[in-house]
Amino acid sequence: MVYHSSLSLSDLFSRKRKDETADAGTDWPVYPTKALAKFLASLNARSQRLLLDLGPVVGTNVTFFGEELGCKIHVEDVFKDIDRHVTEGKLDALSSFLAGRFAQEDGTVDGILCWDVFDYLDKASAQALARELVRILRPDGALFALFNIVEAATKAPPGFTRYVVADRQNLQYRSYRGARGKQRPLSPRDIQRLFEPLRITEQFLLKNNLREVLFRKPIAETTTAEGEPAGHRAAD
Amino acid sequence: MWKRDEAVKPTGPASPASPATPATPAQQAQAASAPAQPESRRHQMMERDVVNIGKSVVIKGELNGSEDLTVEGHVEGKIELRDHVLTIGPNGKIKAQVFAKAVIVLGEVNGNVTATEKVDIRDGGSVDGDIISPRVAIAEGAHFRGSVDMQRKGGQPSQSKAENAQVQRSSASNVGSQPVAAH
Repeated sequence: MVYHSSLSLSDLFSRKRKDETADAGTDWPVYPTKALAKFLASLNARSQRLLLDLGPVVGTNVTFFGEELGCKIHVEDVFKDIDRHVTEGKLDALSSFLAGRFAQEDGTVDGILCWDVFDYLDKASAQALARELVRILRPDGALFALFNIVEAATKAPPGFTRYVVADRQNLQYRSYRGARGKQRPLSPRDIQRLFEPLRITEQFLLKNNLREVLFRKPIAETTTAEGEPAGHRAAD
Repeated sequence: MWKRDEAVKPTGPASPASPATPATPAQQAQAASAPAQPESRRHQMMERDVVNIGKSVVIKGELNGSEDLTVEGHVEGKIELRDHVLTIGPNGKIKAQVFAKAVIVLGEVNGNVTATEKVDIRDGGSVDGDIISPRVAIAEGAHFRGSVDMQRKGGQPSQSKAENAQVQRSSASNVGSQPVAAH
């Protein structure tokens, strides 16, 4: 029997404890965000706001948005839907599923947090989801999304990212295991087309190869007495 | 030398009525707040203040109470503990509308939860329904599907919103060393 004199049982246990702490999220990277503060500012003017979060449930985010905005938050984990469709081998049915995914009535949601969900969707599913989000977003409502701008490494294990709001300027990225990896990145033109008629009001290219985009839904064009379209001011 | 018996002994004081049952969070909190009291007295207090609905109990209908309650069994209908803490234990399954001062979920809840102080969904806990509470904590590993309404009366955020936000930011800046559970 071989004994490793340099490694005691207490060493092993302390190593295990360190691993557990790392899993709990001590070492996840934090990256700056520029669009989040603008997203929050765009929602601050409203009362009785409804926010839709498409990401996995993150307690910190629920608290943050609840306290920052005092709004009602609805969490619909679309990542879980994608994961389920992949593991059940029903990826073909994902687009039709997403087309009827949301029970909200037209124009009832003030803000939508998409995170990077569109990076994991094929074209048909992305179109179906975008159509639904445009439908439920209130005129002058805001949509925050992240898009990957580089091809995902082929060796990268499939999985998703939990974006945890550290503060208005920073997001912590916590990856977790999933059945699907990122798909081909969308070009800026594709992104714009996908969300039409939403307007891109802010767009930031981050150093970590993500594009942050803030969309606004234009207010229906109604002509004022002076002959100017009323919706222009809000879209600025 | 390592003694097996010592390793499996529960660390907290066990209730004499149910020695194998681990202490509930409410009991733990109570025990923590009164460390100097004699053990026997603490046991008596716990028995008096926390009521347990055991694993095998099924209740259908309305449940009202004026003391803290831990549910390990099944409840269908409505639970109302306006001024007290409701704990859904790991074995508890609730299919009901819940109204309480604070709700701690370690089991399953299917229905809307309204708390005047806090809703805390712990790791392994599950809520399918809408939550209305000024404070909500959802741990990583918890399941939640529904909406969270943290609005105060009149649709305004709390008076100390700026203060809260500052605290949130300062605590969130340490998020790297904290578990995801929001407290």
